[in-house]
Amino acid sequence: MTAKQLSVFIENRQGRLGEVLHVLKEHNINILSTSLADTTEYGLLRLIVNDPEAGRDALIDAGFSSMLADVLIIKVPHVAGGLQNVLELIAEKNVSVEYMYGLTAGGNDASIVIKTNELPLATEILAKAGITTLTYEDIAKMA
Amino acid sequence: MFWNEKMECMPREEMTKLQSERLVKLVKYVYDNVEFYRNKMDAAGVRPEDIKNLGDITKLPFTTKNDLRDTYPFGLFAAPHSDIVRIHASSGTTGKATVVGYTQNDIEVWSECVARCMTMAGVTKDDIIQVAYGYGLFTGGLGAHYGAEKLGAMVVPMSTGNSKKLTTMMVDFGATAIACTPSYLLHLSEVLRDEGLLDKIKLKAAICGAEPWTEKMRHEIEERLHVSAHDIYGLSEIMGPGVACDCKEHAGLHICEDHFYPEIIDPKTLEPVADGEVGELVFTTLTKEGIPLIRYRTKDLTSIIREKCDCGRTSVRITRFKGRSDDMLIIRGVNVFPSQVEAALINVEEVTPHYMMIVDRVNNLDTLEIQVEVDVKYYTDEIRGIEALTKKIAGVIQSALGISAKIKLMGPGSLKRSEGKAVHVIDNRKLV
Repeated sequence: MTAKQLSVFIENRQGRLGEVLHVLKEHNINILSTSLADTTEYGLLRLIVNDPEAGRDALIDAGFSSMLADVLIIKVPHVAGGLQNVLELIAEKNVSVEYMYGLTAGGNDASIVIKTNELPLATEILAKAGITTLTYEDIAKMA
Repeated sequence: MFWNEKMECMPREEMTKLQSERLVKLVKYVYDNVEFYRNKMDAAGVRPEDIKNLGDITKLPFTTKNDLRDTYPFGLFAAPHSDIVRIHASSGTTGKATVVGYTQNDIEVWSECVARCMTMAGVTKDDIIQVAYGYGLFTGGLGAHYGAEKLGAMVVPMSTGNSKKLTTMMVDFGATAIACTPSYLLHLSEVLRDEGLLDKIKLKAAICGAEPWTEKMRHEIEERLHVSAHDIYGLSEIMGPGVACDCKEHAGLHICEDHFYPEIIDPKTLEPVADGEVGELVFTTLTKEGIPLIRYRTKDLTSIIREKCDCGRTSVRITRFKGRSDDMLIIRGVNVFPSQVEAALINVEEVTPHYMMIVDRVNNLDTLEIQVEVDVKYYTDEIRGIEALTKKIAGVIQSALGISAKIKLMGPGSLKRSEGKAVHVIDNRKLV
């Protein structure tokens, strides 16, 4: 099961990140997790939000390059080696991770957001191993 | 010191007479040999026999860079292809190059003009000169090379791109003169300083051109390198470097006017302006055989000085350039039109037509950044995707302009929209 991530391209300019967050606030979009990839010229802001479609539309209307990406949000138990066990499963099948970042929603569980080049295969591997992945609806409920 | 005292110091009446004779001959030559000129003169109702002396030149229509483009590649050549021995080319306004052809005699004349200019800079047959202009389609390298050979100097054809080798040879060979762009020479002075070679060089003259520069830059070059620095002017359409150069007086650039007849016009009314007033420089190539040009509009803005120079030359001088009457930029010696960038970007599906060129000079070298807006639907949220797109655009720009540019992707709507005429260039170099 996959989820949608909201991505925004931000050229490096003072105040640009704040403008993005302002738009999301105005549209009542709740942010559950963020990741910012930065280069010298621009940044890529990746967000897990309660309503990614509405977030994308609001940002595009406000003049931002915004898009949705399919990602996997995997529940990872809060124990040493928890993350490694999951990643090993997909690495064995030559599925590589483009990027990843954490997502915490309280309680004893943590989750990890993963973007991979082989989404269907990764989904299938995790399902077979009985590992829970969060869906779009799960995220909406968390918010 | 003169290379050709007779021509460079000729009394005015004699020069006017010579120019008149050459003009009359030229007009008949182009009318008989170039369909373009024949049609244009017929349309203007001018017959070759109507041109009896220099004063009649204003009866003739102007020629522009667009005419060269429209007749690409060889349409304006007057000599048969069997007589053409060399081709050079420079940037056109929209991608197609401006092509020029030279007969053996044209090469002789060109070399003679460059030899005159180098003599003005104090270069003689005893000198060792490094030519560090690009060799190839660009006129700079081969033009300076042939002129220096004509002079009898020892020529080191460095071309561009290897500063380390250049400075090493400058010291090892004991080079006494250099020909390159002024910004590159300033850059070289820093390389020499960093390598601790400044007191080991024997340079005494620098012949710099192919890009606009200021008197301040000239002084800086002279101070840093202890040379006499001279401004050589030219354009491939007319010949290449060697059309004009400043002498030791540095009081304007002497035109080789027995070969290139100058006029200054108002770029709007196209009427001649008074001496001393700034206008667009127009040249008629009085002796050229390959691709003679009648009243060619250079788009360079300058003014004319007719008084005899303290150096003894009587030839007319043009003052330092005051800019251009079109939007052409000269970046690292290469002519660049914003329209070329526009034409190149049209072929890149991922970008919108909005772009901005930012030109600057960092450590004496020109930099070009092109900001482009990427179409929303082509954004990817992966850095490698964005990098691949940046690289693709950089490749397209490099092949269109012949120089590299730093590409900066911008979000939609982030480049300023102007209400009137679109502004596509920010030039932070202070050259005028």
